[in-house]
Amino acid sequence: MTHATPETGSHLHLDRLTKAYGAQTVLSGIELTIPSGHFTAIVGRSGCGKSTLLRLLSGLETSNGGDIRVGGTPLRGVNQQARIMFQDGRLLPWKTVLDNVGLGLRGDWRPRGLEVLRHVGLQERAHDWIARLSGGQRQRVALAKALITRPRLMLLDEPLGALDALTRIEMQSLIESLWLEQGFTTILVTHDVEEAVTLADRILVLEEGRIARDFANDLPRPRRRGDPGFAHLTARVLESILLRNRPSEAPPQASGVPDGHAREASADSGMAALSH
Amino acid sequence: MVRGFSSGRRGRLKRTLVPWLVPALLLAFWQVSSMLGWIPTRILPAPTAIALAGLQLARSGELWTHLSVSAARAGGGFLIGASLGLFFGVLNGLLRRAELLLDSSFQMLRNIPPLAMIPLVILWFGIGEEARVFLVSLGVFFPVYLNTFNGIRSIDPGLLEMGRVYGLSNWKIITDIVLPGAMPSILVGVRFSLGIAWIILIVGEQIAANSGIGYLAMNAREFMQTDIIVFSILLYALLGKFSDALARKLEFRLLPWHPNFQRLSKEFRARPALS
Ligand SMILES: Nc1ncnc2c1ncn2[C@@H]1O[C@H](COP(=O)(O)OP(=O)(O)O)[C@@H](O)[C@H]1O
Ligand SMILES: [Mg+2]
Repeated sequence: MTHATPETGSHLHLDRLTKAYGAQTVLSGIELTIPSGHFTAIVGRSGCGKSTLLRLLSGLETSNGGDIRVGGTPLRGVNQQARIMFQDGRLLPWKTVLDNVGLGLRGDWRPRGLEVLRHVGLQERAHDWIARLSGGQRQRVALAKALITRPRLMLLDEPLGALDALTRIEMQSLIESLWLEQGFTTILVTHDVEEAVTLADRILVLEEGRIARDFANDLPRPRRRGDPGFAHLTARVLESILLRNRPSEAPPQASGVPDGHAREASADSGMAALSH
Repeated sequence: MVRGFSSGRRGRLKRTLVPWLVPALLLAFWQVSSMLGWIPTRILPAPTAIALAGLQLARSGELWTHLSVSAARAGGGFLIGASLGLFFGVLNGLLRRAELLLDSSFQMLRNIPPLAMIPLVILWFGIGEEARVFLVSLGVFFPVYLNTFNGIRSIDPGLLEMGRVYGLSNWKIITDIVLPGAMPSILVGVRFSLGIAWIILIVGEQIAANSGIGYLAMNAREFMQTDIIVFSILLYALLGKFSDALARKLEFRLLPWHPNFQRLSKEFRARPALS
């Protein structure tokens, strides 16, 4: 990973991170280290706590135990280095595209606002109302809005979930190129395993509040769906989710079948960090 | 989409003319019936007689005096009631503690029809301006309060959360997210309460006043001037329509972003309106 310098992306360390809502434990003792500039994907069934994990990382929720260290310092309050992007974009319909991008900024941010809009290919829509944009364009605005402050940690919560397949592929390459260019640490929550394999260096399978599987993804970029290595890893990740969906029918998982393209490690051992 | 009319200039002309067809026919029938003596003037004067009465009132200047007095009462009452409604709506919408303290009291008071207060209000204020302005404010307060409160409470919590992630101050969250988000609902309250303001004023002026359009009508009744009575009634309808148009203008001005109020492109303009 030569594109990411330690200064640009947040380094994250999660230690026995636990979150419960009332009696329901959503995350139980997550151990995870994410090096600066890495692209990590989190997959898992709906309701397994993916969004909760992102919300903890952004500082929108507080944990019930354990801690989150951002570059060595424990996280308190809203994470200033992070920007979070949601499936629904969360744009203000009563502001123009450009004003949405610059929300909350002071000083002369407009030139920079136009620049990030150009980055996501929407410069000529800067003065339109949000209602006039398509779903994909709205997500581009949300992306521009996240980028304008040069975040060091990008948290993406199913950002492409509501888009059609073609727009999604376009947005994936946009996200990848922005990440390669700017080197922010990225955590992408997605239900699309192919999307995870396309973008991430590492794919975590979250289940019952724990990281059940941890796949490294060394496939060369740009990745193509047709490649055998791509298909193989996709199948492995999918399988690990599906098998765990039906625990009574599934045979006990064999540990770490060797594989030329992807390494697989059990995260339960606490050795989640990868030595890239 | 059901297309009743052909498009193009002729279609547009038809669309503007056809709705007036039935009223015009009724008016003609009314005029002819009056002229033939089918309807006694004491019950309902001819349209021309009513127009003439209006013209005379306008010439003598009486019309403008009464009109401006009524408008001032409605406007003053509206301003006071709407400001208070907006203030408490925002307060209770934002602060749970304020809601806990005040909302149930407002809900109880809301069930008293303002007009039921007339005897008490006359005892309190006499039959001066205060009484009528108070009644109008009271009637205006609740729709504005309720719609402001509901508008604030129904803002997408996701947007508020987004504001927090993006580091907005509480003040910025109120001015950039809460108020604009509640604005469509607030304006529904404003539009509704304008209608109420006129209704309350009509009754208020007919019961106790020595000026205003309601007074004009009641005074005419004593002298059996049916034409003036009908003219006053029409005047109220006109004023109601006028204030409604004003409220709609306000919506267009304040909600330029709202899909309902955007200047629609030609292809959508033919779509029947929902209101
Ligand atoms: N604010 C909340 N209050 C109570 N329960 C919550 C809250 N947020 C999430 N949960 C629960 O936590 C679990 C995980 O939710 P979430 O992280 O949103 O799942 P997902 O993996 O689909 O993003 C779900 O069972 C959900 O019902
Ligand atoms: Mg989720």
